[in-house]
Amino acid sequence: MKILVPVKRVIDYNVRPRVKPDGSGVDLANVKMSMNPFDEIAVEEAIRLKEKGAAAEIVAVSIGPVKAQETLRTALAMGADRAILVQTDDEVEPLAVAKILKAIVDEEQPGMVLMGKQAIDDDSNQTGQMLAALWGRPQGTFASKVEVSGDSVNVTREVDGGLETVSLKLPAVVTTDLRLNEPRYASLPNIMKAKSKLLTVKAPADYGVDTAPRLKVTNVSEPPVRQAGVKVGSVDELVSKLKALGVA
Amino acid sequence: MKTLVLIEHEGGQVKDASLATVTAAGKLGSVHALVAGEGVEAKQAAEATAKIAGVDKVLLASDAAYAHMLAENIADLIVPLMADYEALLCNATSNGKNVAPRVAALLDVMQVSDIIAIDGERTFKRPIYAGNAIATVESSDAKLVITVRGTSFEKAPIEGGTPPIEEVSGKGDASLSSFVGCETQTSERPELTSAKVIVSGGRALKDAATFEQLIVPLADKLGAGIGASRAAVDAGYVPNDYQVGQTGKIVAPELYIAIGISGAIQHLAGMKESKTIVAINKDGDAPIFQIADIGLVGDLFQIVPELTAKL
Repeated sequence: MKILVPVKRVIDYNVRPRVKPDGSGVDLANVKMSMNPFDEIAVEEAIRLKEKGAAAEIVAVSIGPVKAQETLRTALAMGADRAILVQTDDEVEPLAVAKILKAIVDEEQPGMVLMGKQAIDDDSNQTGQMLAALWGRPQGTFASKVEVSGDSVNVTREVDGGLETVSLKLPAVVTTDLRLNEPRYASLPNIMKAKSKLLTVKAPADYGVDTAPRLKVTNVSEPPVRQAGVKVGSVDELVSKLKALGVA
Repeated sequence: MKTLVLIEHEGGQVKDASLATVTAAGKLGSVHALVAGEGVEAKQAAEATAKIAGVDKVLLASDAAYAHMLAENIADLIVPLMADYEALLCNATSNGKNVAPRVAALLDVMQVSDIIAIDGERTFKRPIYAGNAIATVESSDAKLVITVRGTSFEKAPIEGGTPPIEEVSGKGDASLSSFVGCETQTSERPELTSAKVIVSGGRALKDAATFEQLIVPLADKLGAGIGASRAAVDAGYVPNDYQVGQTGKIVAPELYIAIGISGAIQHLAGMKESKTIVAINKDGDAPIFQIADIGLVGDLFQIVPELTAKL
């Protein structure tokens, strides 16, 4: 089975995003960028499935600027076999990303697409579900456990009430949650080796997908600031404050 | 605008998040509510939905294929119904987030996720970057598919409506997926997303036994729901559904007590809309104190039992 792993280059999760004063967006100039953490978990899971013999080849794909090659090289250094960059400097919305991925799925015919449940920049949480819909295949979202057996996969999902397990017929789309695994660090020899792995560069037009946005972002602003309150010196003071507020 | 709301229900009762979504839909136009499920439970849920103030019509789809909210089956049910509607609204809950994008893609619509305000018929506010920025977006699609953050809209009253219930049917089982089982906690405790008071613990609680020993009695005393930071969940102190934050649950109770939680941005994203925030932490410089209304710096192993005794 071949596994396709879409990865996104996003602002590093340790960096606090700054809103541009003109309200046009978030300032990404000179900011550290990394692979979306949920996608890293997806790459790791694909590698583990390959190590267990459940997968034969891992293809990483990214849609983004030329610098997204770095993100793909990271996936290759972790253990992906080859990579595809669909290069564009435009912001591509989840629906258009799903359409491009669907075209790649048609070419590559993977048995599974493993990807992050959401990107930590736009927090949309849509692309995997949209790809599954366009592909006409089942989806296992927010996975905390993935078990392939024969022509199906059991996915344990993190849901509001706890955990839920569904069985999906392959091929399927699985989106990862935080506790699926802990991604490995790429070793230096593997980082060197990754440089010679195949990375193909394409354009959205190669797949006939129109990436014009459907949602117009008219403004991006800072959230309302919450003011720090008071510090109290003892439990008694805390209790009387809570009673004064009528909350305890 | 004619809107359709996908209702979430359990044991014949409508979930609170759906009441907020009904309110959001009402701001856009008329509200029809879809109850999908199986048998008696679905029927009871449809009857409960028909009482919600602001619901103009209830659609009931009863089929074994709809019992577990499998996205494949539910999306196939909703897509043909959308011929009559201009907008679909779902909760920004694990079910809503699972189903809505599948419907959106089949309708060739770019979904608007997790809205916190409605600025116009097609203009919405939504948090991005874990709530560190708020984007205002305007949709140019023919139809709208939206998920709604429950804590940002008032709950619609559960009495007052008398609309008709109409049975609808869909394709049933898409034969792509099946429900295997679930591990859910059944407890008397209020659900996190609707609790008035939440006591939440972090990694500083040391281990599962200490978490239980310190957090549970305080929560019992206050009739509170119990939450946790990602660090506490990752360390195995409590199950995943306790997690509050960007990728866990978004909560906004009257009172949120953060114990041994430093206040990573991902955690703050899930609770900073709480009305009163109390922080107890030994590190006086912890970021949680920057947003807390009342802070107490000190050893939680002494403070928490004392607080439980004195409340």
